[in-house]
Amino acid sequence: MTDIDTRTEEQFDHRDSAPGEERITEHELAGGLSGYLLGYGLAILLTIASFLAAQTDLIYQPAVISALVVLAIAQMGVHLVFFLHLTTGPDNTNNLLALAFGVLIVALVVLGSVWIMAHLDLNMAPMSARQAGMMP
Amino acid sequence: MSDHAGAFSGGIAGRARRGPDRAGRGGHGHDLLSATGHGQGGPASKFVTVAYGFWIFLLSDIIIFSAFFAAYAVLSKATAGGPTGKDLFELTRVAVQTGLLLTSSFTGGLATLAAHRRSMAATQSWLLVTGLLGVAFLFLEVQEFAAMVGEQAGPSRSAFLSAFFALVGCHGTHVGLGLLWLGTMMAQLWVKGFRADFLRRLHCFGLFWHALDIIWVAIFTLVYLLGASP
Repeated sequence: MTDIDTRTEEQFDHRDSAPGEERITEHELAGGLSGYLLGYGLAILLTIASFLAAQTDLIYQPAVISALVVLAIAQMGVHLVFFLHLTTGPDNTNNLLALAFGVLIVALVVLGSVWIMAHLDLNMAPMSARQAGMMP
Repeated sequence: MSDHAGAFSGGIAGRARRGPDRAGRGGHGHDLLSATGHGQGGPASKFVTVAYGFWIFLLSDIIIFSAFFAAYAVLSKATAGGPTGKDLFELTRVAVQTGLLLTSSFTGGLATLAAHRRSMAATQSWLLVTGLLGVAFLFLEVQEFAAMVGEQAGPSRSAFLSAFFALVGCHGTHVGLGLLWLGTMMAQLWVKGFRADFLRRLHCFGLFWHALDIIWVAIFTLVYLLGASP
């Protein structure tokens, strides 16, 4: 394979976009160097916001968990768009569908485990006072 | 047939366009460019199929991580009277680690751009910076683990710590293996130049490294920030 062969292969496949491929978005917001710079800047801002939310009293304490989850999801979105170059364009349909399926399984595993384990004690025999005293 | 066939990398695409899936579509190839994302127009190039296969691997890897996250979420309060996250986690170190990994993701992107320009010096330099940042990240993580084991807070102390070491250690193992891959790839690129297969590997490495950064976002939020907050 020479240099020219690889360029040909990259340039003329107009039908599908590889995950993370930036050829498609070179002239858009998330493409090229400016895309990486923008993504890097946004990710830094969101990271700083996460640490501030957790470490200071800026946010009403009971809402800190929600704020952190929202900030984390936002930062994952920034990584997906600016670093992994996922778009909603037609050439990205397969990549996006695979991601959606992955997110579904992850949500089922994590939320399902937490839900089941949090409600498990409802089905347990009542504890004696002595047993309850040994709980952490 | 003849007007577009030359543009594709080999005979495979040309042959496939005459295959059964093209029946009733006229077969003169003018619909090629409008067939995006509809599963039509013949097989995609090797670059696309390799990257897509790797994307499926990454998603399955993230599903494995989700099992570790679920275990940690369930066990995070099961400290068995031992130290809690609040006692153990140093957020300054976590902030530095986050900065290192995030910057290495950015420089990895710059390496991809340099490879796109076929600039060997720039590609190797950015890959080296990416690797060094990854090594620094891993060093801080090993240091943290060693300090925790030294304080009698090793993985055998409580269910919480078992889950913590399993989850964060799994991410650290991925980073370590990624560094091994990076070193191998730098040597291959250096010796053999920008061959098509190395460019595909470099692309997959970029995906892998960015995915590790996404998992680290979940770790520093759910494990460290939530664990250390009151």
